Amino acid sequence: MAEFASLRDAVSDLVPDGVSVAMEGFTHLIPFAAGHELIRQGKRDLTLIRMTPDVIYDQIIGMGCARRLVFSWGGNPGVGSLHRFRDAVQNGNPHPLEIEEHSHAGMTVRYTAGASGLPFGVLRGYTGSDLVDHTSVAPIACPFTGEEVAAVPALNPDVTIIHAQQADRAGNIGMWGITGVQKEAALAAKTVIVTVEEIVDELDRSGPNHVVLPHWTVTAIAEVPRGSHPSYSLGYSKRDNRFYTDWDRISRDPETFRKWVEVYILDQDDFGGYLSLVEDGSVLEEVLGG
Amino acid sequence: MADSGYTSDEMMTVTAARHLRDGQVCFVGIGLPSEAANLARLSHAPNVVLIYESGTIGTTPDILPLSIGDGELAETADFVVSVPEVFAYWLQAGRVDVGFLSAAQIDRYGNLNTTVIGAYERPDVRLPGAGGAPEIASSAQEVIVMLRHRRRAFVPEVDFVTSVGFGRSGEGRDGHRGAGPTVVITDLGVLEPDPETHELRLVAVHPGVEVDRVRAETGWDLVVADDLRVTSPPAPDELAMLRELKARTEAAHAG
Repeated sequence: MAEFASLRDAVSDLVPDGVSVAMEGFTHLIPFAAGHELIRQGKRDLTLIRMTPDVIYDQIIGMGCARRLVFSWGGNPGVGSLHRFRDAVQNGNPHPLEIEEHSHAGMTVRYTAGASGLPFGVLRGYTGSDLVDHTSVAPIACPFTGEEVAAVPALNPDVTIIHAQQADRAGNIGMWGITGVQKEAALAAKTVIVTVEEIVDELDRSGPNHVVLPHWTVTAIAEVPRGSHPSYSLGYSKRDNRFYTDWDRISRDPETFRKWVEVYILDQDDFGGYLSLVEDGSVLEEVLGG
Repeated sequence: MADSGYTSDEMMTVTAARHLRDGQVCFVGIGLPSEAANLARLSHAPNVVLIYESGTIGTTPDILPLSIGDGELAETADFVVSVPEVFAYWLQAGRVDVGFLSAAQIDRYGNLNTTVIGAYERPDVRLPGAGGAPEIASSAQEVIVMLRHRRRAFVPEVDFVTSVGFGRSGEGRDGHRGAGPTVVITDLGVLEPDPETHELRLVAVHPGVEVDRVRAETGWDLVVADDLRVTSPPAPDELAMLRELKARTEAAHAG
């Protein structure tokens, strides 16, 4: 049954060191506020799961919170590399990062199997790719026709964290627009934390591709307006493409990155403080210039 | 741009756009492919159906998205589905005519690498990884590849096969639904797989490009077609449309 909580309490109570955490949101609705909270609380040894690690995991990996990463595409969308992720894989900075990588299709099937209570899922995929030598995929014959397809193991994160547009007062979650793999990631997990733009009397169901997660599938809900920044929440905010472009400069050098995290995350009590700094562009120039 | 009045990147984008036919269903990757696919939609192929892996189907953005899931894509789509659905019902089931891909490396048999340069366990360069590409390469009816023609990208054998073309030794496409890479469009010319050997050969050069230069930028002994063509340069309206699209995009993303 969903409980309303502060993000700080939800993360502190429900995300112990060493667990596997999936923070989903396919470019849209990425739960950045929760990512910052993991960093602020100094979590360690996490297994991070996410189709597109994006800037959110670049931040968490760069701060040394993760031991392992399960993913399918690790770039800065439309910009280039995730420098902290690359530095971790290529040079073991700030410490070595184990990786398990899949294709997008494989990850969606893994989550879907997890949400369905199945041990594995099947797809037509990975054929001819060298990925088969480096990840958990195996050929399986269809028991009815003998046709060979690829099997991938179910993915059941200890904790899934997502950001949505709305929760109603009973704790039902409403989201719309590009909803990615969030429903599957939530239903596959033992514990589900949701941050929302707004708590409302009644969910607005007029947006495209409206998805509801009922209150009895959610563990904790925290209201965090603009909690997806620099990603976005359709109907509430726009993607901050400028931030994603700036991230390249912020993250390229480990020292500058660290300084940015100190100023924007560690020195702030909550996500509101970060948002105020983002609005004030002069702070960024100071961090980059100093 | 020199004296031609257009850049080699513009030539590449326009050539790639021309390869999309009106009414085709196209699964689009971000970057160069997205630019070409949207140019096609805004010019000769208004009924092309663009699908992005974020689950936006039939999307008609006014500007180019920076990411594969920009709000513009969802707001202008015919409909939006979940990511599991876009891969299962739409791509895997064979409902995509053309997959549009790019890569860091391509080899003579059209295999694509977006995973690592160097050894997998200790990479010299860790690239983003697979994303949707392996299944696009496998399940789309055909694949159009776009990338800049440089010797470090056109290698005899890719360091890692992320997405299969015709296999490491050019063996072919048994076990795949789609025909694989039917054309590779670069900033120097156009390559197509030989029907027998599956090896990519040069079938066209862009205006003013010497074959020797293409050879120099290709890491294997490039076969040149007997009937080598020269691409028609971008028409004024193609160029104007592309430049307006990019100007709108830059203005929007700067904001």
